[in-house]
Formats: sequence, structure tokens, C-alpha cells
Amino acid sequence: MSADSTPLNTSKETANPAADGSELIRFDKVTKRFGSNTVLDSLDFTVNSGKHVTLIGASGSGKTTILRLLMTLIKPEEGTIKVAGDYLTHEERDGELVPAGDRHVREVRKKIGMVFQQFNLFPNMKVLRNVTEAPVHVLGLSPDEAEERARGLLDLVGLGDRCDAYPSQLSGGQQQRVAIARALAMRPQVLLLDEVTSALDPELVAGVLDVLRDIAHTTDITMLCVTHEMNFARDISDDVLMFDAGHVIESGPPEKIFSEPEHERTREFLSAVL
Amino acid sequence: MNWDWSAVGDFMPMFWDGLLVTLQALVLGALLAFALGLVWAMAQRSGLAVVRWPVNVITEFVRNTPLLVQLFFLYYVLPEWGLTLSAMVTGVIGLGLHYSTYTAEVYRAGIDGVPAGQWEAATALSLPKSRTWGAVILPQAIRRVVPALGNYVIAMLKDTPMLFVIGVLEMLGEARQFASETFLTVEVFTVVGVAFIVISYPASLLMRALERRLVR
Ligand SMILES: Nc1ncnc2c1ncn2[C@@H]1O[C@H](COP(=O)(O)OP(=O)(O)OP(=O)(O)O)[C@@H](O)[C@H]1O
Ligand SMILES: [Mg+2]
Repeated sequence: MSADSTPLNTSKETANPAADGSELIRFDKVTKRFGSNTVLDSLDFTVNSGKHVTLIGASGSGKTTILRLLMTLIKPEEGTIKVAGDYLTHEERDGELVPAGDRHVREVRKKIGMVFQQFNLFPNMKVLRNVTEAPVHVLGLSPDEAEERARGLLDLVGLGDRCDAYPSQLSGGQQQRVAIARALAMRPQVLLLDEVTSALDPELVAGVLDVLRDIAHTTDITMLCVTHEMNFARDISDDVLMFDAGHVIESGPPEKIFSEPEHERTREFLSAVL
Repeated sequence: MNWDWSAVGDFMPMFWDGLLVTLQALVLGALLAFALGLVWAMAQRSGLAVVRWPVNVITEFVRNTPLLVQLFFLYYVLPEWGLTLSAMVTGVIGLGLHYSTYTAEVYRAGIDGVPAGQWEAATALSLPKSRTWGAVILPQAIRRVVPALGNYVIAMLKDTPMLFVIGVLEMLGEARQFASETFLTVEVFTVVGVAFIVISYPASLLMRALERRLVR
């Protein structure tokens, strides 16, 4: 086995800088509107590298919007977003900050991976190819390297024996685990997880959460999750951010937020979901 | 009116020539329509108005003028501009161009039918545009529209006799020529009519079967 054959980037030699606790994500006065609906209003927050942060808040409070901004699926109206020291929304040209061009966005975006609520696997590709497609065509890995990496990750999520299946032949829980492997195959520094278990039948949720818990505990990847699984949030989070009306109204370690919330809105929200 | 079987026999050599020409025009015209239609459909989704706008004008214009007029235009006007093409090439271009405006609509419906999540997953993985289209979107879009494309091929088959007006000796052309020499009109035109049914009816059954299999 080569030194690079570990499925996850736990060693400090890999392309992924180790979790040194420095600032990895920074939202600076980010405003996002949909028409006249201001969803995020001059939002500031930061996530340090290696941390597992969970966003909670009422439906419609803007949690998904934050993840979609980070994944560059949507653009903010105002403010800047930085990932690992690089602007995601802008680029510096001749000392001036201008809206980012395609190429710049692609470079910075490679540091970010996302797992979607609806899995969004490519139904026309077998499981293995779902996981090798981007490493080959984006990172430039050879097909053999990509396959080795993909098989390692599929083993990790418990699907090493389903490489030749099509997504439609898998259960929702299995599909979501493939989607996790697909995101990890790009060795992102940040993994975005948007209610990744809420489209699953109840009996399939535990399998997916176990995989994520495993990844959270054995790697230094930074995680930003939105979840309604409060037990999972309590289990893996270093920090919980409570959102309301486009602002972070309270944040802190899960023990504190869940047992002695300071803010009235947080208390209301928790009593509704717990 | 008498039916003369020997006339049918005498017509056969010319009929086979005509059938071959019909099928050639159909296959080449369909390939052109498939390729050009895809170009139109992708251009219509371009972020650049300077790309979308001319393509919209061209496709609307071609779709809303008769194929017959387009064939005459290509055949008589292009040589005036110094571009002389054989009747067959002109016919294939005419058919292919005309039908590309329909296949473009078919592709467009197929592309619109691919869930937004597929585009988002491709973006999240930073797949380049060429892979997003070529490996993710089009394979899913085209699978769903194969039956609709097939139906246009059948419609095209039934438009191939129009090539006769610019001098392509396809089935109808051969029949006309044979009839004008022998006056055996009933036999030859019946043979040609039957030939169209024998090709297009099984083809449309095939498309219906494909539709059940591919479109879910
Ligand atoms: N594409 C869009 N177009 C218009 N409005 C949108 C769009 N996406 C989100 N919104 C609006 O933005 C607000 C925040 O949505 P968002 O999906 O971020 O909430 P959320 O916190 O993830 O909620 P939930 O817990 O229900 O998933 C909502 O009012 C929603 O209606
Ligand atoms: Mg949401």
C-alpha cells in the first residue's frame, strides 16, 4: 500500500492542511435577499479549522442559504466570504476587490464539499464512477488512483461491495453514504451537510449518522452541519450556532446551548424540537 | 382498372434504387438534425444573450417556414451566391436544418427535466462545463427524449418525398419516372405507399415500446 492509500486525509502530509484551529470560514457582513425577502442581514460568523459546527434555527431562518452561499450555488448581495484565507465571492486584482471570476471560484470551491438532503447522486453512473468522476476530471488523478481512493472510501461507508450498483438499486441510506464518499473523495477541507438524514426512512438514519460520527471523530475535516437530529448535534459538535431572522443570536458548545440556553428564542426552538 | 403484377416486377429495380436514396437522405438528415438540434438547445441555455438571441431567431424562422420553401431556397438561391451543392446534399441539409428546430425543442424539454440537484451536485464537485454537460446532464436528458426524437425521424421519413422537387430520385421520384414511361400509375404509387407503411408503422411501434422503457 502506498502512503497515499488511506481513504481520509488524517496525516499532516496530505494536501489538506491540518486542523490547526486557525480561521477557515469567515462571513463578513453577508447580506442575501430573495426579491424583497432579506434572508441574511449583514451576517458575521467564523468557523475555525477542524471544528464541527452545527447550525440550528427555525425553518426559514436561513441555514440552507448559508451552506448554499458557501457552495457557490447562490451569490450574496453584499459582504464577503473567505475560505482558508481566500475570498470565495471576490478576488483581488491589482489591489482591488472585484467579483470573483469562474476560474477563481473553481479553485477556492475545491476546498469545500457538500452532501445534499436529496443525495443528488448521478443516476446514470455506477456507484464507483460517482465517486471517481470528480477526482479524475477535476483533481487530475489517474483512473487507478481515483479508483483506489474511491474503493477505500466506499469501504469506509460500508458499501465496498456495491461499487457496481446503480444509485437507483440502493436504499436511501446507502445512496446518502455514497454521496458522503463522493464528497470526501475530493479531500475537501470543509464538509457541508444539509439535513442529510431528513429524506431517509427512520430505520436508515442511524447508519448514515454512524458514518458521519466516525468521520468526525477520526479525521480533522471541518464540518458545518444543519440537522434536526439534536442527539447527533450534541455528539459531534464543538459549537452550535442558533440562527434567528438572519442573525446568530447565540452560540457555544452543545452542552451549554442545549442545557442552559440564554436566549428566549433558543429555548422556544429547543422545546419544540427536543 | 386492372392490376398488373408484371408492372410491379418491372418497377422493382427502380424502386430499390429509390428506397436506398430515401433511406440515405433520412439517415444523414436525421444525424444532422440530432447534432444541430443539440447545438441550438445548448446555445439557448447560454448565459450570453449574443448567443441565445440569434439562435432563437434562426430556429423560429426555420420552424415557421415550410420545408418546401426552404428546399427551393437552398437549391436555387445558394448557387446564385456561389455555393453549388448536389441535389442530395441540398436535400439532406434542408431536411436536417428543418428538423433540427424540432429536435432542439425536444432536447430542451429533456434538459429542463433534469433535476436542479444534478446541476448543484456537479457544481459542488467543481466539474468542468464539458463534464457537467457530457457526463451528467445530457446522458440523463437524452435518454428521456429518445422516443420523441424517434417520432421526428418517422415524420422526416414522410417528408423525404419533398426532395423530389429539387431532383433527388428517391422512391417517389423513381415512381414518377417509371409511371411517366409506362402509364402504370396505380401499381407504382401503391408500391411506394406500401413501402412507407412497412417502414414507418413498425418504427412507431418501436418508439412506443422505447417510451415505456425509457421514460419513467
Ligand atoms: N431560491 C429561493 N428563492 C426564493 N426564496 C428562497 C430561495 N431559497 C430560500 N428562500 C427563502 O429564504 C428563506 C430561508 O430559507 P432557507 O432554506 O435558508 O431556510 P432554512 O433555515 O434552511 O429552513 P429549513 O429548516 O426549513 O430547511 C426562506 O424564507 C425561503 O423561503
Ligand atoms: Mg434548509
